[in-house]
Amino acid sequence: MSSVAPVELPIPGGIAGRAPSLEEEYVEATTKAGRVKKNLTSRWATVAALLIAVLWTIPTFGLFLSSFRPAVLIKTTGWWTIFSNPGLTLDNYRDVLLSSSSSAPQLGQYFVNSVAISIPATIFPLVLASMAAYAFSWMKWKGRDVVFVLVFALQIVPLQMALIPLLSFFSRGITIGNALIIPPTPSGTYAQLWFAHTAFALPLAIFLLYNFISQVPGEVIEAARVDGASHGQIFLRIIIPLAMPALASFAIFQFLWVWNDLLVALVFSGGSPDVAPLTQRLAELTGSRGQDWQRLTAAAFVSIIVPLIVFFSLQRYFVRGLLAGSTKG
Amino acid sequence: MTTAELLNKIEQVVIALAAFAAVIGLLLFLIDRAPKKRKDFFQLVGFVAPAFIILIIGLVYPAIRTAIQSLYDAKGNFIGFDNFVWAFTQPDSLVSLRNTVIWVILTPILSTVIGLAYAVFIDKSRGEKYFKALVFMPMAISFVGASIIWKFVYEYRPTSANQIGILNQVVVWLGGEPVQWLQAVPANTVFLIIVMVWIQTGFAMVVLSAAIKGVPTEIVEAAQLDGTNAWQRFLHVTIPGIQGSLVVVVTTISIATLKVFDIVRTMTAGNFDTSVLANEMYTQAFRAGEPGRGSALALILFVLVLPIVIYNVRVLRKQREIR
Repeated sequence: MSSVAPVELPIPGGIAGRAPSLEEEYVEATTKAGRVKKNLTSRWATVAALLIAVLWTIPTFGLFLSSFRPAVLIKTTGWWTIFSNPGLTLDNYRDVLLSSSSSAPQLGQYFVNSVAISIPATIFPLVLASMAAYAFSWMKWKGRDVVFVLVFALQIVPLQMALIPLLSFFSRGITIGNALIIPPTPSGTYAQLWFAHTAFALPLAIFLLYNFISQVPGEVIEAARVDGASHGQIFLRIIIPLAMPALASFAIFQFLWVWNDLLVALVFSGGSPDVAPLTQRLAELTGSRGQDWQRLTAAAFVSIIVPLIVFFSLQRYFVRGLLAGSTKG
Repeated sequence: MTTAELLNKIEQVVIALAAFAAVIGLLLFLIDRAPKKRKDFFQLVGFVAPAFIILIIGLVYPAIRTAIQSLYDAKGNFIGFDNFVWAFTQPDSLVSLRNTVIWVILTPILSTVIGLAYAVFIDKSRGEKYFKALVFMPMAISFVGASIIWKFVYEYRPTSANQIGILNQVVVWLGGEPVQWLQAVPANTVFLIIVMVWIQTGFAMVVLSAAIKGVPTEIVEAAQLDGTNAWQRFLHVTIPGIQGSLVVVVTTISIATLKVFDIVRTMTAGNFDTSVLANEMYTQAFRAGEPGRGSALALILFVLVLPIVIYNVRVLRKQREIR
């Protein structure tokens, strides 16, 4: 198998060879002549870019700043008057996270729930979809194209179409005739949410990973086959390492989707604090305490801090992986 | 939350992950030891069966049942296409149909245009990474979180009081009267769409930026030598070069837009003529106890989205032929 180790792959313009060439381009363009020309032509472009960047940031910034202001000031003055109405406090965060009074948001347990839902709901579809994507890319079978189009088409089946029947599967189990094939899922556990998220993620996951995995040069696969590698070996030792950037970036996407989901959580958590994620709690607060801006602002930031950390720390993977795959051609 | 509860939650996750790893590991092990006879078949099944079983139980079969349900009323009587007649005649559902069309036209166009422009503007500029991060950031925020952020932007206070929402403050600075943005029919739909555009632009920008970098430098340089200006190069070199990505971006955002309901739900709950199909469907199916009507609306959504998928599939096919 050593002859097909990923490191040795000569991939002309392919996925693995792509990243370094991008960097070279980048270096080239930012040196001397390139930069001079750029500066001359793009002053307005820079202004426009700055404008968009500011417009895009202000809403979040305003809420962020407000989350540190005392309740009275939030409700009576705008956050942009922070200098004429000074006052910063951590009380809002203390209130939403630590306060155990029944009217407080008590976000701690919901935070744990969000983590517990998101991690398996990211890993499950990732593994299953990469296996299916491999079968679509590198196994020859009758009806492959038709089935692929069908799976792709499933993306547009609105979640809502599956919710009610799926919920009844969970509560009654699945029977064929009188035989119970899959027993009812105990409520108050994460299993329903994991399953629902996995099912809903698969069509897009298969499609995106297919775009990437089918780009692996055929010669590599052929060479491995000649060496006597089986499908399982090719999948584990060639496809997975090569597709790692795509896998990582899909994982980021999926994690964000699950973490940020509201609808699936609403339906399958049964509203129980044992399973409900942050988004659900947040939506409740918006509905019932829509004017409690000191709580809403702080709670909103508790819920978005994890996605922000994930995004900023894994941005590299993100740009190099999924995008090269999903947008190829 | 007690420590015992926390441990129980961690235990659930660890057990689930271990069980999953064991099943997949065993499957891959068995695939390589499939009987010689019909080996290809067994291997194929090993690779696609887990995903397909979950897709069928979790998506295909429920969707079919929902489709059947659209022909029945709340009491379980077969009523033919009455639910669809209802959808196309009642003022409420007509409004949500109209709004959905507006959403699906505006959101992909605005997100893609702004995202593309931004990607071009910051391409190869200093600090490109940070520029990207700023606009992409909303993508990491939940629809619920974004709704709260924008509700705060749109927050209304009467003229006599200090404004606490930045948009109304800007209006006041410009000498206008503060407006209850989310109740101003019909513009309020646009204010909701802005939230979606705010989120999706980052996605469009990141994808298109990567695509732009994939356009061969030689072609760009050749065009430069031919004396073309930046706009011509953009139109005749960049755009054709990133066509595939543009299709992916527009279709992906369209699909996301059709399915979105969190924003409408959180910000207006569909009041003030802002409802969209997905929200109306939820209301009918889960609030009004009319699963038949909800199912009918779901099917309409499905039909609306078909042309997008067909187009996407055709582009995919073409790319395959070229390869």
